[in-house]
Amino acid sequence: MAEAHPTLLLQVKGVHKRFGENIVLSGTDLDVPRGSLVAVLGRSGTGKSVFLKCLADIVPADEGQVLFEGKLLSVADPVTRAEFRRRCSFLFQSNALFDSLTALENVRLPLEQTSDAADSEIQERSLEALRQLELEQHLHSYPSQMSGGMQKRLALARALVTRPELVLFDEPTAGLDPLRRNAVFLMIAKYQRQFGFTAVIVTHDVQEAMAASDRVALLDQGRMHFQGTPAEFAQSTDAVVTGFRDSAVALGTALASLRHGGSLPTED
Amino acid sequence: MVRILGNQTLTLVHGLGDFALFTLRSFQAVLGSRRLFRRIVRAGFEQGVRCLPVILIVGMFTGLVLGLQGYYVLNRFGSESLLGALVSLSLVRELGPVLAALMLVGQAGSALAAELGIQRNSEQIAALETMGVNSLGYLITPRLIAAVLVYPMQTALFVTVGLWGGSLSGSLLLGIQPGVYWSAVERAVASQDVNECFIKAATFGLLTVALCCYHGFNTHRNRRASGARGVSASTTRAVVQSSILVLAADYVITSYLV
Repeated sequence: MAEAHPTLLLQVKGVHKRFGENIVLSGTDLDVPRGSLVAVLGRSGTGKSVFLKCLADIVPADEGQVLFEGKLLSVADPVTRAEFRRRCSFLFQSNALFDSLTALENVRLPLEQTSDAADSEIQERSLEALRQLELEQHLHSYPSQMSGGMQKRLALARALVTRPELVLFDEPTAGLDPLRRNAVFLMIAKYQRQFGFTAVIVTHDVQEAMAASDRVALLDQGRMHFQGTPAEFAQSTDAVVTGFRDSAVALGTALASLRHGGSLPTED
Repeated sequence: MVRILGNQTLTLVHGLGDFALFTLRSFQAVLGSRRLFRRIVRAGFEQGVRCLPVILIVGMFTGLVLGLQGYYVLNRFGSESLLGALVSLSLVRELGPVLAALMLVGQAGSALAAELGIQRNSEQIAALETMGVNSLGYLITPRLIAAVLVYPMQTALFVTVGLWGGSLSGSLLLGIQPGVYWSAVERAVASQDVNECFIKAATFGLLTVALCCYHGFNTHRNRRASGARGVSASTTRAVVQSSILVLAADYVITSYLV
């Protein structure tokens, strides 16, 4: 039985996951301190979303351990797993809103189905969550009638209404323009401080993640190549870290070389 | 050849076992399900009220055709007065439950499989599970309970409208006295026939809705097609297999009850 670390809410040790012949994770580790905002960076297709789904117990890991407050989830009894799910929320990249339910019904649903609260309390808490995310004008709108940013806020309201201790964000800014991307990161950081939950964000937006998070991790070739503070990440001289971190600079250099008749560097 | 046959048999047995477990777990989920009644009512509305037009139209035409065909067959033997018995027994014992179930599979079953398939693809089912909500209890259980209640009601309606259709054919078009028709109906149909009708309807409802839910819920397991094609393939498979299942179950129940 693993010992509970006093400051770590979530610990991941040596997680392996493969789909047929495709090895996605090969011994991935991550420490998530309580109350922190941890950004997991990585190139597209490196298994960041699969890793997050292993954390959320949606996709079972082939090997390795996911510990929540020191309790091993893979062998936990149904009560412990249900307790974990009650205390953890997951924000899908696609938002995964229930398209046949209104905004209010979407937010009410987790409370209706998992708590014994009275109907009046459920309504009050749902309205409060929607008000905090500035959606009180859209209580009876369906997700398809809302903009992308509003859908993201609605998904966040639904995730926060159960007052979770851990929120897992799967690429919350995918497909958004830079202004909306900043707004989403700002929103996450603001509510993380306001509600005090622990957050793990999977993203490939380096600058925004470094600005908003307390810790940064870099997933590369199925392993966590780097874990540290944003300052340590910024100062790292590791080739993989610099390659990812300074990708915008590298793009500028490559384009300048192309303009002067040179050839593009090959990807190794 | 033997290997292929063996593999096919194993796949079939595995599929049947998986389907049986899916159905059992869905019923088991009643225990932890919250606010179930409201969702049963909603499922009942989807399977019942929305399917009313097709049940009424098909029921009426089935009765009209049975009346016409029955009259010309009975006329050869000088037994036109038995038209009510022929129409009512055909509808109550066989055509009512089978045709109503096939209509419901075509309308409600296909919609159900497609809706669940889309919910699976858009991660709505995964979202339920991350919230700690039992997705079977939330999505499947109310629909199974509603099917057991709604299919017999729809079948009763189908049979009633069909009897009126037979009466229209017999009395308005072919000149049989309405009293003769309806007294033949009354004499022919015994309570055992009505029981058989309801047993069949409830069984067909349970089996077909469970099968449509099974295919929609497990859309992601289809390795040959994904996305919109996966949903389309699941829906087609759900409708085809449910239709076959209705006829196969009809044979089994009839041979057991007769």
